[in-house]
Amino acid sequence: MSADIKQSPITKNTITIDGQEIPFLAGQTIMDAALAAGVYIPHLCHRQGFTPHGSCKLCVVDIASRSASACTMPAVAGQQISNNTPALNEARKTITQMLFIEGNHICPSCEKCGDCTLQAMAYHLGMLDGHFPQFFQRREVDASHPTVMLDRDRCILCELCVRASREVDGKNVFAIAGRGINAHLVVNSASGKLVDSDLETSDMAAHICPVGAILIKEHGYEVPIGQRTFDLHQVSEIGLEKTILTKVRQPDE
Amino acid sequence: MSKIRIATTSLAGCFGCHMSFLDMDERLVALLEHVEFNRSPFTDIKHCGPCDIGLIEGGVCNVENVHVLREFRENCKILIAVGACAINGGVPAMRNHFNLRECLEEAYVNGVGVENPQIPNDVELPLLLDKVHPIHDVVRVDYYLPGCPPSPDAFLKILGDLLADKEPSLPHNLLHYD
Ligand code: SF4
Ligand code: SF4
Ligand code: FES
Repeated sequence: MSADIKQSPITKNTITIDGQEIPFLAGQTIMDAALAAGVYIPHLCHRQGFTPHGSCKLCVVDIASRSASACTMPAVAGQQISNNTPALNEARKTITQMLFIEGNHICPSCEKCGDCTLQAMAYHLGMLDGHFPQFFQRREVDASHPTVMLDRDRCILCELCVRASREVDGKNVFAIAGRGINAHLVVNSASGKLVDSDLETSDMAAHICPVGAILIKEHGYEVPIGQRTFDLHQVSEIGLEKTILTKVRQPDE
Repeated sequence: MSKIRIATTSLAGCFGCHMSFLDMDERLVALLEHVEFNRSPFTDIKHCGPCDIGLIEGGVCNVENVHVLREFRENCKILIAVGACAINGGVPAMRNHFNLRECLEEAYVNGVGVENPQIPNDVELPLLLDKVHPIHDVVRVDYYLPGCPPSPDAFLKILGDLLADKEPSLPHNLLHYD
């Protein structure tokens, strides 16, 4: 018995995703290891270098007979992981449809169109409709800040802005309040308005939103529809997030 | 072989999807070898006869839209929701955040530059629904063709698949919500 274990491949620091053996370093999650090896696991709330949030559930993979979020699950030697399967991608499409019908996503009238990771995810998963009845929730728009716009209609509660503000900008501008269907993004200021917070245009939190919920004012349609990030790339290309962020951060800041 | 019969209509839409369909340009000639149009703004035929395919642009915003949509469903073997508005209500559905009276008052009573303010109320005008709906709220839909509008290539791909008796599918480069 013990001889078996010594010889088995699980003594090496590798995991297997869809039959492909992938190395990992101690402390890495399945998502970290996969991304480092150039293997795409769909994700919306994950961003390399940030504390994992584990909320969107797009990254759920099957490990033997159990399911777990790849962005929070530590890689353990010998894990046999299924990722790109029809069943998982169908579940991911359903989650994406729920994100669409819960918020107000009128893509043709959204400045993020073509640069939006949610939309690109929907394309990736072949989503043709929202399937479920739409909520048409009325959500508050905050246009008080001179340079940054917050439209909660499109917020998917990924907490990337929350973490960017806290972990990179050293501020604490955003948080999620409420639970379940009442969960919503709040701003840390006495009035609850962005204008009274210490958010600045140069903060990463002002640029990290994967959807069109946080937008920089007075910059619109500089790149025409048809030539935007996901008109030219697939969401499954690794390292794209860095490209998007550098591209968006350049203009005169 | 007899031609495939297609009917089309625009409900709460802007006719942009129909314009995009016509942007097939000379490829329309080849398409018309295989299809003929029944009720459609292209033919001005007013009521739908039995058809193979119905293309619906626009969501459902008034009572007339409901009647037209049901007529299409009853007569078309395959019904396709075409464009953002048919699929999720689109821009017209942005009024769903307000009640109907607020919308009408904003447009016809309190709006900037309104003269002789009054809310239109003529028997010829179809009654507005309280909310704008995607068409699958009202009838069963067989396929969805997203885009605002879908490109002529996307129309051709879906129709081509159906003409070839294949399950319609859009390749990644034709799948767009804008
Ligand atoms: S945030 Fe993305 S999905 Fe939502 S409306 Fe804008 S482009 Fe569409
Ligand atoms: S505003 Fe954007 S970054 Fe912040 S939680 Fe919402 S979707 Fe995520
Ligand atoms: S990326 Fe893992 S839960 Fe969102």
